[in-house]
Amino acid sequence: MSGLEGLYQQIILDQSKRRNGDRLLEDPDAEHHEYNPTCGDEITVRVKLSSADAADSTDDRGGPGTARIAELAWQGDGCSISMASASTLTELVAGRTVDEARELIEAFRAMLRSQGAGEPDEEVLGDAIAFHGVSKYVMRVKCAMLAWVALEACLAQATRPAR
Amino acid sequence: MSTTDLDRIGARAVSDLRGDFPAFADRSAPAYLDSAATAQRPRQVLDAERDYLERHLAPVHRGASAAVGRSTTLFEDARATVARFVGAGDREVVWTENATDALNIVALGLADASAGLAGPEASRFVLEAGDEIVVTEAEHHANLIPWQRLAARTGARLRGVRVDEHGLWSLDGLAAELSERTRVVAFAEVSNVTGFIAPVADVVALVRERAPRALVVLDACQSVPHRPTDFAALGVDFAAFSGHKMLGPNGIGVLYGRAELLDALPPARTGGSTITRVTLDHAEFLPAPHRFEAGTQPVSQAVALAEAVRYLEAIGMEAVAAHEQALAARVVDRLASLPGVRVVGPQAGAPRAGLVAVGVEGVHAHDVGQFLDEAGVVVRVGHHCAQPLHRALGVTATTRASAHVYTTADEMDRFVDALGEVRRFFGVADQAAAVIA
Repeated sequence: MSGLEGLYQQIILDQSKRRNGDRLLEDPDAEHHEYNPTCGDEITVRVKLSSADAADSTDDRGGPGTARIAELAWQGDGCSISMASASTLTELVAGRTVDEARELIEAFRAMLRSQGAGEPDEEVLGDAIAFHGVSKYVMRVKCAMLAWVALEACLAQATRPAR
Repeated sequence: MSTTDLDRIGARAVSDLRGDFPAFADRSAPAYLDSAATAQRPRQVLDAERDYLERHLAPVHRGASAAVGRSTTLFEDARATVARFVGAGDREVVWTENATDALNIVALGLADASAGLAGPEASRFVLEAGDEIVVTEAEHHANLIPWQRLAARTGARLRGVRVDEHGLWSLDGLAAELSERTRVVAFAEVSNVTGFIAPVADVVALVRERAPRALVVLDACQSVPHRPTDFAALGVDFAAFSGHKMLGPNGIGVLYGRAELLDALPPARTGGSTITRVTLDHAEFLPAPHRFEAGTQPVSQAVALAEAVRYLEAIGMEAVAAHEQALAARVVDRLASLPGVRVVGPQAGAPRAGLVAVGVEGVHAHDVGQFLDEAGVVVRVGHHCAQPLHRALGVTATTRASAHVYTTADEMDRFVDALGEVRRFFGVADQAAAVIA
């Protein structure tokens, strides 16, 4: 596969047009705006967890990390990589617990930092393995991470213990 | 344009001139079309810097040894060479880190004067609440944010000359923003995004008539490296440009100012070698240019920048401008027949500097740039440090190709040819065809 087709796999081009989750989510438990100043790409990710007051759900099942992502939606503008990545993220995290989502984000980040080395684990990453090719393009890693970093911030916000 | 031979620049064949540039030794290297961001350097410039470092390195203006004398002479000769190149006196060229630094030195100097940190000689630099600073919407952030900060520090109001749908501003638009309250008018001679060439002398005349208290500050980053420049003839008060865009080194830029102004402007950076008499609680500053040159100076860079000036002079700046502008005009002409590609700035037939920025309908500039990179064409994508301009154009980012002395017609053609393929690759060509139909 030539460099460009490795970067822009068909699934990425399709996802960039499909834009799963591109809508306004009313009354989110958390929202975060992420901006890439080098190219102007931006995204606002909003999430609803299975319990509206997720931060207080400190029952014996293990604390806020066990809350589930009921809904994730985003609004943004950017390159095909950043938009496809947001779309893919939306599909992947639906119904996952906060802890599971964090593991997914970490695995995605590790893949993008690999600079093309190794083979990504499809069991863990699902369709997100399509972004493995991005890891060879240092200048594009931020594009792929944009929505994921925004979700990470949302989860931190939603599970922060009330003061 | 048809009379311009794109294969020649002045008396030289471009292919021959490219032999001076180590970066082009590999003939399969990608087309480098990002010279507006940073230019490649000829061997003569690289050798000059190395020669200084190997044979003449010594602390300039410090101590009394013969070595210091030789080094200082080279340093000041470099200043004289650069000054002559831009129509300035020797004392009117201040070395800075880069053009951004130069513009900040002016803005911070005005802020210091406004805060009462200078004597009566600096009274013309004092801004008060209600005063106005005028910039254009097309400015690079380097010629915008320092003025925002100056406005915040002094209570002055920042006014922006609006641009039209192509990103262009006009003398009429500027005139509408000028008044007795205008204290600074700052603008670029050549826009780094649109390639628009401002009528600087006309602007200066207009400002003198409508805003007699205003200082005219020129961002000359995209003009000094590409066209003949005579600051004295243009009549501007201050100007800034950087070394690395004119075949010279990084880490050096120039602040030009009329001598009487530089001698009165408070120095934004202070320290060693800027002073005459220092007591525990007071310092008096040297006249320009040394009052602004605190601390160790970029000496090898200055020597190399002077070599870059000699290199450009040997070609001739008229020839440089003609070559680059002909290349850009050819790109604009060819793009006119390419569907879905919007050329920002002056349209076909109108004068423009040697750069072309475009928006591709349905494809983000980052994706365009990636496609071009793979096609062996190095361009700049993004907002080019001009977010207000892009906002006015209704796009977040554009894709820019820019030329310098070594750029060939073939390289520019590769840019256009690759642009012609972009929309098909990203699967948007059919949609657009449907819209047109």
